Amino acid sequence: MKIIYTDVLIIGGGLAGLRVATGVKDRGHDTIVLTLIPPKRSHSSAAQGGMQASLANCAMGEGDNEDVHFLDTIKGSDWGADQEVARMFTHCAPKAIRELAAWGVPWSRVARGDHTVIINAKKETITEKDEAHGLITARDFGGTKKWRTCYTSDGTGHSMLYAMDNKAHEKNIEIHERLEAIALIHENGRCYGAIARNLMNGELVAYVAKATTIATGGYGRIYSVSTNAIICQGIGQAIALETGVATLGNMEAIQFHPTAIVPVGILTTEGCRGDGGLLLDKDGYRFMPDYEPDKKELASRDVVSRRMTEHMRKGKGVSSRYGDHLWLDITILGRKHIEKNLREVKEICENFLGIDPAEEWIPVRPTQHYSMGGIRTTYQGESQTLKGLYSCGEAACWDMHGFNRLGGNSVSETVVAGMLVAEYISDFCDKAESSVNVQSATIEKFLKREKEKIEALLTKKNGEDAYVLRRAMEKIMMEKVGIFRNGDDLQEAVTELEELYIRSKNIEVFRSKSRAANPALVNAYRTQKMLKVALTVAYGALLRTESRGAHSREDYPERDDANWLKRTITAWPDENQTLPTVSYEDIPISNMELPPGFRGYGKDLTIHHPETKVRQQMVDLIKEKLEKEGASRHEVQNALMPFLKKLPKKYQKFNERLGDIHE
Amino acid sequence: MSELEKPRILKIHVLRFDPHNPNDFPHMETFEVEEADGMTLYIVLGEIREHLDNSLKFDFVCRAGICGSCAMLVNGRPTLACRTLTKKLDEDITLAPLPLFELIGDLSINSGAWMQGLNKRLETWIHDKEQELNINKLEERMEPELADEIYELDRCIECGCCVAGCGTIQMKPDFVGAVGLNKIARYHLDPRDKRTDEEYYELIGDENGVFGCMTLLGCEDVCPKSLPLQSKIAYLRRMMLRTGLKG
Ligand SMILES: Cc1cc2nc3c(=O)[nH]c(=O)nc-3n(C[C@H](O)[C@H](O)[C@H](O)COP(=O)(O)OP(=O)(O)OC[C@H]3O[C@@H](n4cnc5c(N)ncnc54)[C@H](O)[C@@H]3O)c2cc1C
Repeated sequence: MKIIYTDVLIIGGGLAGLRVATGVKDRGHDTIVLTLIPPKRSHSSAAQGGMQASLANCAMGEGDNEDVHFLDTIKGSDWGADQEVARMFTHCAPKAIRELAAWGVPWSRVARGDHTVIINAKKETITEKDEAHGLITARDFGGTKKWRTCYTSDGTGHSMLYAMDNKAHEKNIEIHERLEAIALIHENGRCYGAIARNLMNGELVAYVAKATTIATGGYGRIYSVSTNAIICQGIGQAIALETGVATLGNMEAIQFHPTAIVPVGILTTEGCRGDGGLLLDKDGYRFMPDYEPDKKELASRDVVSRRMTEHMRKGKGVSSRYGDHLWLDITILGRKHIEKNLREVKEICENFLGIDPAEEWIPVRPTQHYSMGGIRTTYQGESQTLKGLYSCGEAACWDMHGFNRLGGNSVSETVVAGMLVAEYISDFCDKAESSVNVQSATIEKFLKREKEKIEALLTKKNGEDAYVLRRAMEKIMMEKVGIFRNGDDLQEAVTELEELYIRSKNIEVFRSKSRAANPALVNAYRTQKMLKVALTVAYGALLRTESRGAHSREDYPERDDANWLKRTITAWPDENQTLPTVSYEDIPISNMELPPGFRGYGKDLTIHHPETKVRQQMVDLIKEKLEKEGASRHEVQNALMPFLKKLPKKYQKFNERLGDIHE
Repeated sequence: MSELEKPRILKIHVLRFDPHNPNDFPHMETFEVEEADGMTLYIVLGEIREHLDNSLKFDFVCRAGICGSCAMLVNGRPTLACRTLTKKLDEDITLAPLPLFELIGDLSINSGAWMQGLNKRLETWIHDKEQELNINKLEERMEPELADEIYELDRCIECGCCVAGCGTIQMKPDFVGAVGLNKIARYHLDPRDKRTDEEYYELIGDENGVFGCMTLLGCEDVCPKSLPLQSKIAYLRRMMLRTGLKG
């Protein structure tokens, strides 16, 4: 029996996991990072477009600050987000990006003088100030009032992840590659680490730790077409669920990105539209202004994806053997811009479509892209129900995105959450209560259980084919739990998924019987786990009889604050149950800084909660009074919803901006 | 491919070997796959695994040419499999793992461990002992063109193609390769890294570093990101010569 002890076990070597690792190591705690693949190959590397941080350096970002970023984030979330968490996030994003600048990310910079840009299909000139020259610049992204999305060409995630991984090397952080966590070790409501399987030689290892962090990214691959890397399979969420104790939040909140290429689903970044690209239909007609006259192509992601789908349903899509699609036109940006700022996009078009996007339109359609839901945690990133288990990044739901995440807010979240959660974990590890007093019999029990499961898969006779079950699941998710949802389809989805889940208990690994590296075995146990995750998504979606953010019910088009201003919580307390247990957590209006309102897209169909009015009046009153007294924006904010004290002390200070210095 | 033409039947010859199976030995195995529109080797290998042989080992992660996981020899040439379109190849396609790296099985190699070792050896991070970072204050400025130039070299995805294509490394296994030299060029260019030329000399001023390269150009030819590897190596060599002569 191989047991490895450490202080902080981190499952996942993407941006979130690595940032936690450097943070706890700085605080003097030992740490080990487990990852399926070399960290630099994590899905974070695929983020092209950028990272939101309200630096306000570039001309079109002037006047930006945490307040505006907060406003955009909450509206984007359709009021589903935890407002305190969103405040903590927007406060720390500028710090995180400045830290990364010092760690080596070559952020694209402001160049003084006149620049020609494309805004609303027209050439315009913007003038960058002398004093901003050389500071980090930003581009426009959907659903934001200011140009706030900082970038390195279109390799933002790549350059961030490389800097972060190199930092981890500098700090001598132990990284165990090709080790897959397949179960959490826990007892009496306390998590003690994980059982991991070595993907090269098949060995099972018990990692025992004071604190365990799941930073395994999203679960997009439960859908057949997704922009996600093929390893984004929700195994982190599944092993949390399988404890029976930890819970998941808002799993039905799934984002579809407007512009993935057809048919393979590889993403072209929102930066294409941010920089001035247009969406066209089969007649070459620019349709978005008809639907969203104000934000047009740069409405929030969920909105653009729905409008595109609506437009295709009207027969305006381009038909192809892979189904209908629309066009993304970036030719108007010019070759020079494309070859410098959208180079990955150009490479993708050349390599996967055989077209030159400076000359030709790109075939696109909305595709599964981001998981807002995940392991439900407190603002400190700790599971609400399983002590010692933490989670952050796309894997978690601490909940800053609510029902729709803004582009550029996710890589930003990974590093901010990583920074903060590292401190909270360190505080926990500093305390005596964190000491590990788990019996070796318990560890052995978990090891044995996992070993038996694997043996069963390899030795079963006349069982099910995991690939068949998995493809069926992916198809159901695609067709019945997609962009537009309705009760009948969702009910069918749940019933069919439940059947698949029951069948999955009987999976057999055909022919390929190796106990070492064995892709068929991996697919078998992951399929069992993915089906559980898919059920939490479909079942949560069926029960939520309203439309909020990316969750859009044709049979319940209203956002129903009166009944549904709540988070969906799913759990799997009994191994023998075949559907998740669902409960709800209220999102209290009484302490909201920004009480629920209209997002500003389409018709306002909100069914308001009676408390909204009361809170709005109170907010208005406080604001009016303080502003009259000449209070600063920070003082007003603090009176409405204090949050600074929740942050680790070292991150409580205000952020400096160019405006502060030159005023 | 037009709708009328009959699709080609691709013959995929794979060099297979499972080092964990004592009875196995390296051998070629051929799979037949019907070509489809827009088919890439990612799709081909996925179909083989799902329908023909579920034990076939290979690595894909992003499947979009971004993460560098899937480098392999395609008809003898190191490249990223995920973005290789079959229509650009003959019907007979030979696939083999990248040489020089530890073999996990079939087409799957442990390039990650090799790269981890390289990064540690060359200390590929910003060195700045004086740095007192105050993240509440404005970031340090950088000339926009310089930031772009650094990013240009930062685009390496550690796929290992240049290592597999390198003539030198086959004779000198400790040679840092174009990937390593490019990283040094990247940090050397970066004003945030305060290492001196002498310190860089310590790292690469020998036969396993910049003086080992025999300018066979294999690296630049196969780099999927088209990095300017040869000109950077030449530049480093001149600089290191100067430093060496001084010391
Ligand atoms: C194509 C694309 C483009 C994007 N562009 C942007 C953008 O421009 N801006 C933005 O803000 N966001 C963007 N996003 C979203 C953003 O990239 C991700 O949300 C974010 O990078 C997730 O980071 P993470 O650290 O949480 O997880 P990941 O980077 O996905 O890392 C997960 C890690 O967990 C490991 N892992 C998983 N399961 C296990 C297991 N069972 N055991 C051990 N290890 C495990 C993996 O090996 C990996 O290291 C984009 C997403 C996609 C799909």
